[in-house]
Amino acid sequence: MLRLVNLELQKLLLNRASKVLIFISFILPFTVLILSSIKINFFGFFTLELGELGIFNFPIIWHITTFFASYFKLFFAIVVVSMIGNEYSNKTIKQNLIDGLSKKEFILSKFYTIVFFSLLATVLIAIGSFCIGLYYSSYTEASIIFSETEFLLAYFVKLVGFFSLCLFFGMLVKRSAFALAFLFLLYIFEWIVFGVAVKVFNLDMAWKIKNFLPLESMYNLINQPFQRVVMSKYPEKIDMAYDYAVHWYELVIVLGWTAVFIFLSYRLLKQRDL
Amino acid sequence: METILTINNLTKKFGYLTAVKDLSFTINKGNVYGILGPNGSGKSTTLGIVLNVVNKTSGDFSWFEGQTTTHDALKKVGAIIENPNFYPYMSAYQNLKLVCRIKGVDYSKIDEKLEIVGLLDRKNSKFSNFSLGMKQRLAIASALLNDPEILILDEPTNGLDPQGIHQIRSLIKQIASEGTTILLASHLLDEVEKVCSHVVVLRKGEKLYSGRVDEMISSHGFFELKSVQHETLISFLQNNPDFISVKEEGELITAFLNEPMDASTFNKLMFEKGITLSHLVMRKESLEEQFLKLTDNN
Repeated sequence: MLRLVNLELQKLLLNRASKVLIFISFILPFTVLILSSIKINFFGFFTLELGELGIFNFPIIWHITTFFASYFKLFFAIVVVSMIGNEYSNKTIKQNLIDGLSKKEFILSKFYTIVFFSLLATVLIAIGSFCIGLYYSSYTEASIIFSETEFLLAYFVKLVGFFSLCLFFGMLVKRSAFALAFLFLLYIFEWIVFGVAVKVFNLDMAWKIKNFLPLESMYNLINQPFQRVVMSKYPEKIDMAYDYAVHWYELVIVLGWTAVFIFLSYRLLKQRDL
Repeated sequence: METILTINNLTKKFGYLTAVKDLSFTINKGNVYGILGPNGSGKSTTLGIVLNVVNKTSGDFSWFEGQTTTHDALKKVGAIIENPNFYPYMSAYQNLKLVCRIKGVDYSKIDEKLEIVGLLDRKNSKFSNFSLGMKQRLAIASALLNDPEILILDEPTNGLDPQGIHQIRSLIKQIASEGTTILLASHLLDEVEKVCSHVVVLRKGEKLYSGRVDEMISSHGFFELKSVQHETLISFLQNNPDFISVKEEGELITAFLNEPMDASTFNKLMFEKGITLSHLVMRKESLEEQFLKLTDNN
């Protein structure tokens, strides 16, 4: 397993384009996180300190940081599709197999690398949020700090799921740019399914169906935190209440999709003549 | 003799097109094999199948008497297919390091093999800056990294200049002289004739011949003759059972032998018959003539 990860890391880290993208996808959310946590003084008129809003309080900080950081996954998604696209355009996939890498190992080396980077991203976010939280949070009891850390797990699963989807699209179309276009098409497709489901059944049922679709199920893992921030300010507004928790079945759906995408990628490669 | 690769009734269809048809042959250790065939005769497809990149339609093949899985067997094989495929943004050394990681070979081999192909001084140059000849030599270095039991080369001199072709050929001969089994696919006949001891001839995916190169050139040769007594000579040759056929091209007479006969015996015979020759050359058919005969007549 280490051999397969090393193999892929060498391919990625020696390539300048992917090195830059990897750097951006990890450092940028971190920088944004730190910048947003410092006090900004607008020419002496007023000071903006996001920490004052209470968004850096434990445990809500886990929710907020993972939600925003997950937008930066798009940068690494480009790396994932190009690591397949490049293998096809350089025909190195053929040479790799001739050199004695099995088709299964080829897919696994990509998948392990995805897991590795997702884990790294999760650890970085965890450390960043923990430090900022400690600095700002009004509550510092261990039981409160470590509550709702399931958002970190959700973040990890979300990344692995999304990158597996990119891997599959990369294998399917062999071209990086087209694979990214496919992501967009899938997004539209999910809304079409939703629209049809509304017509056939009803709104409630349509949401239930959409929750099973790949992109929606990944988005669902970490629901938007804005409503929750408002709720914490005005606890008397009960109609704003919504279910933002991470549920086990949400994790299972995304893990299921991950397995499907990896398996389909393998099947595609196995049946293809290179 | 130790068997390296056995192919049994291998067939590959691309839709309606049959690229390889019921092909069987065996590769034994220590020989240099050539796969000959015109373009599109299924050479690359056959190699692709045994190298795990093309799926077979039916039939089977086994490496090293079937003791290992194909991808493990490939770690003991060195192969280059058509164009050298490497990561353009990596240097020669880094590319070979990646191959070492795949094959599970020690990195110390890299310099050794780069030395053999004469690229040691360019080891830190990027692959994308290499000329085609250098790329091809790097591919050979990469194929040699694991000290393979068999080296498979598919059109290794394709697109190279005469100097590059010469370099690659002498490299192949050098590797063969060290006892490595080689399987060389080519449509260049003199290449196969110069390098190989055994040959498999393919046409439209079918095997036409497999065996030793010198047995393929099975005829006893022919005489090229000229004489002032033209008519006498022809009538003598036509009535002699030792010759299969006689051809005339102007003054030149070509007589094909039915049984082995050397030039001095023939000359003596002529002398006894009172025919004086002004021109006598004994020749054997080249592999090219033999190959064209094989691929045309069928």
